Order: sequence, then structure tokens, then C-alpha cells
Amino acid sequence: MTRSRLLAPLAVTAALVAGTALAAGPRDTLLAGYAAAAGAPASAARGEAFFTATHAGGKPDTPSCTACHGTDPRSAGRTRAGKPIEPMAVSANPARFTDPDKVEKWFRRNCNSVLGRECSAAEKADVIAWLAGR
Amino acid sequence: MHRPFRPTRFGPGRPDILGILAGASAAAALAMAILLPVETASADSEARFRPVDDPKVKAECGACHMAFPAGMLPAASWQRIMAGLPDHFGEDASLDDAARREIADWLVAGAARPGSRVAGGMPADGTVLRITDTPWWIREHRGEVRPGAFEDPKVGSKANCTACHRDAARGNFDDD
Repeated sequence: MTRSRLLAPLAVTAALVAGTALAAGPRDTLLAGYAAAAGAPASAARGEAFFTATHAGGKPDTPSCTACHGTDPRSAGRTRAGKPIEPMAVSANPARFTDPDKVEKWFRRNCNSVLGRECSAAEKADVIAWLAGR
Repeated sequence: MHRPFRPTRFGPGRPDILGILAGASAAAALAMAILLPVETASADSEARFRPVDDPKVKAECGACHMAFPAGMLPAASWQRIMAGLPDHFGEDASLDDAARREIADWLVAGAARPGSRVAGGMPADGTVLRITDTPWWIREHRGEVRPGAFEDPKVGSKANCTACHRDAARGNFDDD
């Protein structure tokens, strides 16, 4: 076997992987990363339950995600200071969950506000999976 | 600036010339307001502030509420606010250290000076953290805001300045 025959399948595989990554986009990459860190596939149903639940342990003014984001993720929410929050559902706001730094920043802040702790990778994956399909 | 306009004060019978004069002086005042740079105007105007023109401050402080002008609180208050972001009026608004320092420096540089109209009557230790708790803010809104306005769902919060002050983002809070 010549060298080129060995390399050809590798090149094809690399192109396919790159193509898949491009097609998947930053949100899928982010979601896959959280799911991998969690060691389990994401569950949209769990994400919905988590997003809409009333939690204990957080700050009194923000007992749930919906306190500010509202109960319909396709509609705008509102901060406690009265400023609108763009919808969380990807169908209504395609830019959601495409900037990893922004996602991490707001999970950190809001999980602390709502739950009094950071969210786990599994919780992040679940929430994104749910909102990506909404 | 805060007295309500009363057209009847001129009395009946001779409204025309006075109306024209009032209109002309209002136009002149408006022209002054437009022509004067904000920094100069803020010295004598009741409710003009340098707007938040720093992109970082605007983005970070403006994420949940209007990015409030630095001149609305004294330096000690801004320092305490920026040191307590993990519990920012009941929410976690934490930032990385570099961003926090940069924003704190900007706010402190433009803070209300001791003894100024805004900082006057305030304890110097930075214990007043809410703009809406400053004697200046309370004085400015007393008797001017209809009862229940802050609880109106369209307003939602005293922090929602732009609900009534339409030009607040440009530092103009004179429209009351």
C-alpha cells in the first residue's frame, strides 16, 4: 500500500468530521460538551421541569427561572428592574446558546440567584436541549 | 425646570404676545439645551447627566437595567456596589475581576462629588447603595409621580427610569 492510499481515507474522514462540526454549529457543540461532561445524554423533558420548577436555596426574589424569563420561553421575559429579556427559545431567538462565554456567565449568575449554587453540566445540557427544541 | 407649565397664569385677554414670548423663550432654552455640551449643561441643569458612553460599562451594567449615569451616586457607593456584585440587590451580577475593576474605575471617576446636588445630605461612607434611596432622588420624585406609578406593570420598578424619562439613555431626566 502506498502512502497516498493510506492517507486518502483519513482525509475523507477529516473532511466529514469538519463538515459535521460546521453543520452542527456552535449550539450543538456547546450542548455536546455539556452532555459529555455530564456523562449522559441531555433530556429536554428534564430541562423543562428544571426551568419551570420553584427551587429552594437561592435568593428570595428569584425562586425560579421563570421569575424573570416568564413561563413561555418563546415570549420575552423581564428583569426585576423592568428591562425586557429576549426570548430563551431558539425558535424565537436563534442567537441563544451560540456564545459559550455568555452562556457560562449567565448560568453562573442565574443558577446562583435561583438555586444558590452553580448548575451542573447535566442541568445546563438539559435546559439547552429543551430550549433548542422550543 | 420642575414647575409644571401653567398656560392660565398669563390670565385672559392677552395671551397672544405672552404666548409668543413664552414660545420663543422655550425655543431658546431648547436651543441652549441642544447646543450646550452635556458636561456644561449638567452644572446648572436639574437633571442632566453624562450618559454611560463606555461600551463595557454600557453592556455589563445595562444587561438587566438601564446603565445608570456615574454621576447619580458618590464614589463610596459605587465602590461598595462593585465590591458586592455576587449579591447585587438580590441577584448574582458577578463579573470577572478585570471587568469589575475597569467598570468600578469608570464609575468612580464620574461619581457625584461630595457636597454636590446629588451627593448632598448623604452619609460619606457609601451606605446608600440605591440611587432611589438618595435624598436627591427622593426629593426629585416627591409629589411629581402619580401614586401607584412605580407599581404599574408597564413600569415594574423604580429602576426603570426610561418608563417615564424617555431620553434617559442620553442622560436627560428633565422631562417631568
